[in-house]
Amino acid sequence: MIEIKGLTKTFNTHKVLDGVNLKIEKGSTCVIIGRSGCGKSVLLKHIVRILLPDSGKVYVSGKDLDALSQNELGALRLKIGLVFQGGALFDSLTVGENVGFRLIEHAKFNRKELLEKAEEALCQVGLCGIANLMPAELSGGMKKRVALARAIFAKPDIILYDEPTTGVDPITADSINELIKNLHDKLKVTSVVVTHDMKSAYKVADKIAMLYQGKIIAEGTSEEIQRTEHPVVHQFINGLAQGPITETLERFR
Amino acid sequence: MSTFFIALGKRVLEFLYFLGGLTSMAARAFGWIFVPPYKKERIFEQCKKAGVDSLPIIALIAFFIGVIMALQTAYQMQRLGSEMYIASIVALSMVRELGPVITALIVAGRVGAAITAEIGSMQVTEQIDALEALSTSPIKYLVVPRLLALAIMEPLLTLFANFVGIIGGYLIVVYRLGVPSGMYRHITFSALLYKDLFTGLFKALFFGIIIALVSCYEGFNVEGGAEGVGKATARAVVTMFIMIIACDCLFTALFYFILL
Repeated sequence: MIEIKGLTKTFNTHKVLDGVNLKIEKGSTCVIIGRSGCGKSVLLKHIVRILLPDSGKVYVSGKDLDALSQNELGALRLKIGLVFQGGALFDSLTVGENVGFRLIEHAKFNRKELLEKAEEALCQVGLCGIANLMPAELSGGMKKRVALARAIFAKPDIILYDEPTTGVDPITADSINELIKNLHDKLKVTSVVVTHDMKSAYKVADKIAMLYQGKIIAEGTSEEIQRTEHPVVHQFINGLAQGPITETLERFR
Repeated sequence: MSTFFIALGKRVLEFLYFLGGLTSMAARAFGWIFVPPYKKERIFEQCKKAGVDSLPIIALIAFFIGVIMALQTAYQMQRLGSEMYIASIVALSMVRELGPVITALIVAGRVGAAITAEIGSMQVTEQIDALEALSTSPIKYLVVPRLLALAIMEPLLTLFANFVGIIGGYLIVVYRLGVPSGMYRHITFSALLYKDLFTGLFKALFFGIIIALVSCYEGFNVEGGAEGVGKATARAVVTMFIMIIACDCLFTALFYFILL
């Protein structure tokens, strides 16, 4: 279970998160939607404590991240998989080494065992037999799937996805959605998906939360969100150019 | 007038901020050196990149510096008819001063800039965040091998530069000015004391550490894509050059007035 309480984060003078409260149940998939640059990725990075909050608390599996020692945090991070937006593969390592990175760094290094396990994870995302390529040789969609393989490699309890379907073709996008659903159904993984792809959101979500101006302004199941009367959410999920979101923007100008 | 003071204050604050960040990273890096697992291959790889691959350019420049030193001192020494003392001037200048400084400047430009650009690119493509998310300390994974490699290789490269520079001087003095080869060798060795070598190598070690820390620090603090990487690399090289020359001045004064 992940619980976020009163999280605020300011970059320079720009308040990105302004008191975010969110609860994600164990084994459920929560989709966080919102416009580009509204702080969705920032929120995600707080859950693995890559970013530290200005104020507020984050609890993962009942543990307060503030109170953890470096070692405890390391152990906790091993149970969390994070899929970065651009893949964030290490370009000096092969695909196989990227996927098996945790094993190289944290267990006794056995190259053969490592590559077998990496291959297994790669096959799960539909990329058998590319373990020896370098990340630079892959297409954008493949990089995303390799990043996914890296995240699921250590059989984590929690997987965080940062825009997993952005910038890939519709078929790959759907297969990524299938994969997220499968992990959820079979392995009971707790997932947090950050996206602005509504089709993907409806497909995988148990719960959808909308982040707007640093706050969660709406929460609910797919059906509830689709039926919402909230003008901001309504404009966003239907992708309308006219509405309260764009009006505020114009007022700023 | 007030804008001048505001600008000045900003600069001072920026500098203090830089110094604080660098010190805190240095402390963490030195701490992580002693935390297992120790990955020797990674240090060797960096030693090759920083040290072995720098040999040709350092040989070339050190050789020219030796030749130039010999010619320049010959210009004055010939008037006094004491060409043979060129040997001791070249040897002492190379070992105490030029060897360490020239090597450090070359390594800062060649290796330090590459480190900033590499780590900076990793920062903008979220690879540094990915390291943390995979519960690997970026300091342990990226900074420690580079720090150790540069601390080891910088003195070795300096020794090499000293040797090549003295050979450059030898060629000019023996083959152009007609000083006997045995005489040149004798004067070189009798002029050099262990303390000269020690002060030079001590500086080199210090410069190596400066290059590793500044280049990594600037790389980690890159913001804003490819342009940011370019800016950070330029800033890193300028900072390293200033720090190398300033520290050299400080050490030379220290060794001259107090210690030796």
